[in-house]
Amino acid sequence: MLHRIVTLVLKELQTLLQDPQSRTILILPVILQLALFPFAATLEVTNNTLAVFNEDNGNESLELIKRFAQAQAFSELHMLYDETEVRDAIDNQQALLVIRFPTDFSRQLAAGRGANIQALLDGRRSNSGQIAFGYLQEIIENYSEERDNPANRATPSRLVFRHWFNPNLDYVRHIVPSLVAIITTISTLIVTSLSVAREHEQGTFDQLLVSPLTPNMIMVGKTLPAMLVAISQATIILLAGIFIYHIPFVGSFWLLYASMVFYILALAGFGLLISSICLTQQQSFLGVFSFVMPTILLSGFVAPIENMPVWLQYLDWFNPLTHFIVIVKGVFLKNIGLPLLLHNLWPLMAIAAVTLGASNWLFNRQLD
Amino acid sequence: MNRTISLRRLRALCHKETLQIIRDPSSNIIAFVLPVLLLFIFGYGINLDSTAVRIGVVLEDTSPEARHFADNLYGSPYLDVTTKLTRSAMEEAMIAEQVRGFIVIPVDFSTKLKRAAGPATPLLVVTDGSAPNTASFVQNYLRGAWHEGLLQRADEQGKAAAPNITLEPRFWFNASAESRNYLIPGSITIIITVIGTLLTSLVVAREWERGTMEALLASPVTRTELLLSKLLPYYVLGIISLFLCVAVAVFILDIPFRGSLLVLWGIGSLFLASCLGMGLLLSTSLRNQFNAAQAALNAAFLPALMLSGFIYEIRSMPTAVQAFTYLVPARYFVTAMQTIFQAGNVWPVLLNSSLFLLMSSVFFIGMTALKTRRGLE
Repeated sequence: MLHRIVTLVLKELQTLLQDPQSRTILILPVILQLALFPFAATLEVTNNTLAVFNEDNGNESLELIKRFAQAQAFSELHMLYDETEVRDAIDNQQALLVIRFPTDFSRQLAAGRGANIQALLDGRRSNSGQIAFGYLQEIIENYSEERDNPANRATPSRLVFRHWFNPNLDYVRHIVPSLVAIITTISTLIVTSLSVAREHEQGTFDQLLVSPLTPNMIMVGKTLPAMLVAISQATIILLAGIFIYHIPFVGSFWLLYASMVFYILALAGFGLLISSICLTQQQSFLGVFSFVMPTILLSGFVAPIENMPVWLQYLDWFNPLTHFIVIVKGVFLKNIGLPLLLHNLWPLMAIAAVTLGASNWLFNRQLD
Repeated sequence: MNRTISLRRLRALCHKETLQIIRDPSSNIIAFVLPVLLLFIFGYGINLDSTAVRIGVVLEDTSPEARHFADNLYGSPYLDVTTKLTRSAMEEAMIAEQVRGFIVIPVDFSTKLKRAAGPATPLLVVTDGSAPNTASFVQNYLRGAWHEGLLQRADEQGKAAAPNITLEPRFWFNASAESRNYLIPGSITIIITVIGTLLTSLVVAREWERGTMEALLASPVTRTELLLSKLLPYYVLGIISLFLCVAVAVFILDIPFRGSLLVLWGIGSLFLASCLGMGLLLSTSLRNQFNAAQAALNAAFLPALMLSGFIYEIRSMPTAVQAFTYLVPARYFVTAMQTIFQAGNVWPVLLNSSLFLLMSSVFFIGMTALKTRRGLE
């Protein structure tokens, strides 16, 4: 029986790897995403343009402008001289942020009173605006503190921020571990569902069914190659993350790979389900696409899950990628312990049991 | 062979293509079901505004002063606060992602507070850096709450606050700074990219796979007629799904729309032409449905998602990647859509986008025309 499964797995691997076009399809996206995502997928704000409308021109405002210009978030500084220019700068997206000092800014400060600065932000890019706003606020706070005379201070202390697992809030440390999970997702689904669909389309699936292989063996034979491909792709990304992007791997490889096996089983179940419903490759391609898009978009990779409506957060429990991203990031960056790992692993096991069970039932039904 | 367009032949070809669209359920799914489904996913799932950031307070000091300070945090609408008495308990909660960051109020908080003239001792805030965007929100919100707490305290003590400089944010076009107001118009771009290229990437390849291409080529149909018959029906389909998306965005997802529909139609047509052109080009050169669809996803969807500025700031990318984004048509349509929805008809932005989109549609359709001629010979 073992021999039969091995033969089937070898046959699957041959179909996957012998044709240069399918080899390209397995390798190219990995390289493309590895080269592009870590650089492109960033919500950091750097090299942006700041515009300043200074109606004050006192020493204090000039000093602040000098400090703003040195911030990493901004590589360009435009000076604006009237209202129309302010409006154009924002409307035409020439600046992310316009800072406006009122006429009495320096005078107010000199008189020992508080003073206001206006920050005008482009609502079309409010997230970047808010981040840049945070940087400016920090600069202003430091400046106030320096000016501040301890005698009249109402500030007993200040806040010091420490970012754990990622001291510089570097996006690469968020992207690469998530990418390990995403690549695994895409390749497992494509390999399982399309290989079954191809057999359906070419009529060879019936031949498989009348062979001495049982439906269970066919399922194993379709799942194992997908697992091999997915694990190798994930390993490429993992190694690139450690050696090219220099992200410290602090957890245990064993825990990571053990969880990956369960994750792939859960996904293979979905892939086999999709392919047993679809008749042609084109249909299962559509099926995989309609499944992968929500899975990735709602996994917490693009935007945090806690920002979603509550009903969607509950629904997201059924998304295997959500759990697996927590596991990969947890093991990779935080060295989470076994109890926490199991907390995210058992949903994967449950999903795997349900999807594999359902596709097994469908496979057996096709036999009758 | 007659090189001019015969309206009668074109009409017949379009009729055939339309019949194929109507009879094939997968075209209808791509054009009508997929966009609405995706728009709902983008609309509800992609939200960068941490409306209630989950933070923790470690109350090592339980004096009234410390509690009073913590009350400031509980009162903030932007924070969802969990209190724990020890640091280690809070660290565990953060690793388990129950909180995204925490502030430690140390044992000597109240004593230090009383001798306010002493040297400033910093209060420690720890954030979960594995979610960087949320971590910067934690930082900004806590800083804001802290600032407010200080002002309030000074007020209660009857002292004037230290001469503070306050930075007042004001968001144009989007006063409450809701990210969905620009993410949803941007996501319509991604959706149109996907369906535009996916629809046409299959059509010519299908003719080749089924062997009907040879039959068409043997008929008196000219290259222009063939190309137009592949473009026009799918253009109509694409424009319908574009307006379907806009209607869902405006009426169901409540996104403000400030521009004009006519302008949207004009720029949308240019963008759609470039997407359809790209799909046709892939289909014509690969001649295999599955590979063409796969290539369409990699060549259209990924760049549109990652490099269009829809969610990730282009200015923050490395220069080489930034230069590459100028070649991505979706980049111009994202800008145009965000502007039409939020700012209205800002001509300098819209004309610039239209110009680039016009160039890319001419490029893709022109390349397809060249490839088609090669097929004829």
